[in-house]
Amino acid sequence: MEDISIKEEVKQYIVVQLDNEQYGIDIQYIDNIVRMQRITRVPKAQSYFMGVINLRGEVMPVMSLRLKFGLEDDKITNKTRIIIIKLDPQSTVGIIVDQVKEVVTMEPENIEKVQNTTDKKMGYLYGVGKHNGELISLLNMFNVIEDDE
Amino acid sequence: MDVSQYLEVFIDETKEHLQSLNEHILILEKEPENENTINEIFRAAHSLKGMAGTMGYTRMQRLTHDMENVFSEIRSGNMKASDKLVDVLFQGLDAIESYLASIVETGTEGLDDHEDIITELNEILEEGTGKSDPSKKPAKKESAGKKKSSSKKKDETAVNEKEKYRTLEIADHEIHAISEAVADGMKALGVTVYVDENCLLKAARAFLVFKAVEEFGEMIKSSPSVQDIEDEKFEFDFSMIVLTEKDADKLKTAIANVSEIKEVYVGEIDIDALAVPPVKKEDVKAGEPKEEENEETEDNIDEKEEVQAESKTVAKQPEKAASKQTPQPAKSASAGKPVVNRTVRVDIEKLDVLMNLVSELIIAKNGLVSIGTAHANDSRNSFNEQIEYLESITTNLHESVMKVRMVPIENVVNRFPRMIRDLSKKLNKQMELYMTGEDTELDRTVIDEIGDPLMHILRNSADHGLESAEERIKAGKPEKGSIFLDAYQEGNNVVIACRDDGGGINIEKVKKKALEKGTITPEQAETMTDQDFIALLFEPSFSTADKITDVSGRGVGLDVVRSKIEALGGDIECKSILGEGSTFTIRLPLTLAIIQALMVEIGKEKYAIPLGNIQTIEDVEYSDIKYVQSSEVINLRGSVIPIVRMDKILEVEPLEQSPDSLTVVIIAKGDRMVGLVVDNLIGQQEIVIKPLGKFININKIISGATILGDGEVALILDVNTLV
Repeated sequence: MEDISIKEEVKQYIVVQLDNEQYGIDIQYIDNIVRMQRITRVPKAQSYFMGVINLRGEVMPVMSLRLKFGLEDDKITNKTRIIIIKLDPQSTVGIIVDQVKEVVTMEPENIEKVQNTTDKKMGYLYGVGKHNGELISLLNMFNVIEDDE
Repeated sequence: MDVSQYLEVFIDETKEHLQSLNEHILILEKEPENENTINEIFRAAHSLKGMAGTMGYTRMQRLTHDMENVFSEIRSGNMKASDKLVDVLFQGLDAIESYLASIVETGTEGLDDHEDIITELNEILEEGTGKSDPSKKPAKKESAGKKKSSSKKKDETAVNEKEKYRTLEIADHEIHAISEAVADGMKALGVTVYVDENCLLKAARAFLVFKAVEEFGEMIKSSPSVQDIEDEKFEFDFSMIVLTEKDADKLKTAIANVSEIKEVYVGEIDIDALAVPPVKKEDVKAGEPKEEENEETEDNIDEKEEVQAESKTVAKQPEKAASKQTPQPAKSASAGKPVVNRTVRVDIEKLDVLMNLVSELIIAKNGLVSIGTAHANDSRNSFNEQIEYLESITTNLHESVMKVRMVPIENVVNRFPRMIRDLSKKLNKQMELYMTGEDTELDRTVIDEIGDPLMHILRNSADHGLESAEERIKAGKPEKGSIFLDAYQEGNNVVIACRDDGGGINIEKVKKKALEKGTITPEQAETMTDQDFIALLFEPSFSTADKITDVSGRGVGLDVVRSKIEALGGDIECKSILGEGSTFTIRLPLTLAIIQALMVEIGKEKYAIPLGNIQTIEDVEYSDIKYVQSSEVINLRGSVIPIVRMDKILEVEPLEQSPDSLTVVIIAKGDRMVGLVVDNLIGQQEIVIKPLGKFININKIISGATILGDGEVALILDVNTLV
């Protein structure tokens, strides 16, 4: 009984909007969500890195999820947010999203896992979740953040 | 309590003693008669033994003990430091080092007995001192035993007084506990333990005693209290009451087995007598304390000799002894790696300065507070005053904190003479290391990292740099090769130069090798300068040694050295003259965290250039720009300096430039210079260096980032990469 409950945990996801798709980010990796702020460009970094920001005295690299996913450039609006992802204490990175929508709780049975794939873009996903009749692509943050350029 | 709280001290001090031994044995090798050196060696060896014993590291203790025996014979003039002996001694030191390494890693000294070294030591000892030695030892032991027994009787009267447990004040509930235990068939034993006066870590001893006692039964009382004993708040003795089923004698031997315990008295406590505190006894005996003390010191000497003799027997059954004394560290190892913090030893004066500055900071803060509350026409004036005051304090504070982090480079380089000696033997080449500037200070983090790269370069010099004796004689050089290691400060950098008077780098050989390996094409080779070829040595997997020795030559050398030094924010270059020798120059930043920088604007972006790199700032007319091989140069006071358009390098959108002149920041590295074209100067500023984070790939030209007063992030340029 116990084993099963550990494996098939009910997880919470923060749902963000990017272009016209919705993505879910496992809440345990999210350190913070901040408003868009001035980004200092870093020359010769990976193209999807917008640069670095000052997050309360620490310098934090920020990547554009749009550029990473091969979408068109970010249009900065009032709703644009930077989500600070912390995979482990030493490695934090910010990702830019169009809008943060809500927090959803996802039952394991509502998630359809992505099969092993060689497609780079599918590799960014962990699975697709169904919530209130909508589809949410759940991000595999480790693959998203990993350098593939 | 836990001995592990002494572990840090133990590790630090052991390292120091090892270093001192290394240094002095080196001297001893050259001047076998130097008395000061011999005494110094003996002292260090003795302390090592004592500390190892205190911490319960029996194998280490045993090895150091046997080494100490040798030193003692040398000191008394019974034998000489032969080449062979010095070799064995160095092996011994290496073995101790490996124990120490194991202790740092796991908390235990490991299982290697280093029996070979011990046997060899003893053989040398026997050879050196003649046959007198083996017969001497048992004789000593015997006489010690005799003395002991003869003095025993005299002691008998004093013993009662020494059995301080008899005078313990026992509370009612304790009496109750004792009588209950006795009813259960247990015994209440009083124990008084005397610790050796020379013992360095009394509390640790006491702790080991407690450990031993716990195996026998329950300790219900101790005087002083356990807490006080742990805090070393006791003279040289402590007493306790133990409830046990076992014999008093067994308990006594168990406690006596803890080293540096001088005397143990165990006796049964008579509950019936407890009601009347036996004060009288003490009054009676108080008459003869003087004699008692003499007795004690004599005893002490006997005891010591006995301990020496004893550890001989212990040596024969190390397994047994080890299992008795080491359970504690073993336990702590199973509980997880002992975290040995990295420490810096700080001069107390530096701390005083810090303390003063902090108090000034508080005064300044109070000044600001009072301005805030004051009504205010002139408050603006005094506000500015206070800000200026605050500024000077923070600058000083920064400087002092930096100084606290600085340690002399000596800590790293002092192991090199020993290394060169070993290499000299191994490679069968005569060589000598000359060092200067060991007191040059560097940031602790740099010091920790710089050791290996330096070692590598030295090994290179010894193995590849210096020629064999025949070749040297043929070339008209002294037979003995010289390696020089010089450290000095240059501006905001510390320079470490490693020079040898060997054969220098054979450019042709490098060229041939590079062509063979396909590192370069023949066409490339034709346009390359000597310096370019030397730079190839720093490329991954490039070794020119014809044969691979175990000293160097696996081809993982200089590129690793370079990447390590670059990771520290420094750089390395090499100059070489065929037939005369080579020099490797390492340049390291003095501090890592905070630097003075010139803020500049390139396009609309702000960048910081470390002030230490900047030579001058020049205004250059367009007409003064000349072209050499289609790259831009300027002629500045007689020297031709290439200029770099920073906006191109950094891919900045260019501004509409001011038409009449360019602002050029002249950067110097060694004797080379380069001019950086920037759009605007902002000014000089103290900046705090921050890393850029793990995921973003940064070009070498960016060394970090900093946060400006307005919260904006500016990148720091590593201009060394442009020179």
